[in-house]
Amino acid sequence: MFVSVTLDLLRGFFETFKVFGLTLLFALPLGLIIAFGSMSKFKPLSYLIKTFVWIIRGTPLMLQLIAFFYGPGLLFGMRAMPRFTAVMVAFVINYACYFSEIYRGGIEGIPRGQYEAGQVLGMTKSQIFFKVVLLQVVKRIVPPMSNEIITLVKDTSLARIIAVYEIIWTAQSYIKSDGLIWPLFYTAAFYLIFCGGLTLLFGFIEKKLSYFRS
Amino acid sequence: MSVLEVKNIKKNFGKVEVLKGISFSLEKGEVLSIIGSSGSGKTTLLRCINFLEFAEEGIISIDGKQIFNGKDKKTLSDEEIRENRLHFGLVFQSFNLFPQYNVLENITLAPKLLKRGTVEEIETRARMLIERVGLSEKIESYPCQLSGGQQQRVAIARALALDPDILCFDEPTSALDPELTGEVLKVIKGLKSKDSTMIIVTHEMEFAKNVSDKVIFMADGVIEEMGTPEEIFDNPKSDKTKHFLSKSLEEI
Repeated sequence: MFVSVTLDLLRGFFETFKVFGLTLLFALPLGLIIAFGSMSKFKPLSYLIKTFVWIIRGTPLMLQLIAFFYGPGLLFGMRAMPRFTAVMVAFVINYACYFSEIYRGGIEGIPRGQYEAGQVLGMTKSQIFFKVVLLQVVKRIVPPMSNEIITLVKDTSLARIIAVYEIIWTAQSYIKSDGLIWPLFYTAAFYLIFCGGLTLLFGFIEKKLSYFRS
Repeated sequence: MSVLEVKNIKKNFGKVEVLKGISFSLEKGEVLSIIGSSGSGKTTLLRCINFLEFAEEGIISIDGKQIFNGKDKKTLSDEEIRENRLHFGLVFQSFNLFPQYNVLENITLAPKLLKRGTVEEIETRARMLIERVGLSEKIESYPCQLSGGQQQRVAIARALALDPDILCFDEPTSALDPELTGEVLKVIKGLKSKDSTMIIVTHEMEFAKNVSDKVIFMADGVIEEMGTPEEIFDNPKSDKTKHFLSKSLEEI
């Protein structure tokens, strides 16, 4: 029984991991674009983006999942997206907004003098960003990013609200079918091991970047 | 012909007039010190010359060629602004070294990006400059491992690596502990030669007196007095200059 539950949960965890990995893959770059948008000198754009970020960060992810899955059908009579696609859209947008604020904080925290030093040395704007500023931003954002990414691991469980078969859903099905509660608690082990690995990874990155202080 | 000519530079921040028409010229190999109390516009003037700020009015010429005119500053492309900046080097009060690069990399980064020769040539020149500022044994140290004085010496080498026509210093010792100012001032003094033209904004009166060929005293956004160090320090004509000098030489 234990072995078959473990295998089943592993399958569920694979789905969890897919949500996690794909969200990172798309939300990390999208977040950077949103961050540049919200820092834009073109005010209407920056206000528009800031309002958008406010709405996304100001409402529950669970509500957003429901809205993306049922919304198009209820409001416009369109066919609903596949469940997994709806989950991805909601997660990517939600996390991109959170990441964008982390990026913004990191970028705005770089002293003006760093840009000016690059300018007086005749560097172009993109050279200054990529060769001077970027690594300093990365160093600054590793701690808040690791926090957010570890939150994402556990937020993936929200996908079950629109019946995506991630690990919690899989475990819960044992309550209905076999009257077993322990597989649900057993899922904690999967989360803990995965988050433990991430914590080690981020610790490693922080250590790698500790050779300089900015 | 003057290597640098600045004519009638005016700069406002909002309603505050910071520079109210500054003109001076500089010959090749001359060292100019700019003194004056805080808020007199010294740093703003230096930043306008380095195009970190853009003057509302005025003309800047290098070797007789006009590179900036406040009237049509909008027409300057990013590329032209970058080229203009390269006539000047600037050493900041707060050093502004790049923390993630070691001493050698700090100096070679810009020349490499600007393709000022082969990697080998750039590094050889950088090593020579590092030796010149007396930091050969720190070549692989990171800025956080250096004292303020050492960081500022690296910043000087970094500015020299691009071989600017005019090297500017914005209060290079103001952020340093008193015991570290000497090593930086010594390096700056050592740079004085017939080929190197320098502008130094400073509060170190004794240093300004010793190193300069020309001194400008600024007050409230205008040049209150300009002359040789002897004229300014020993025989100041303006009351404001006299007052400033007596204040700054006051024993505490």
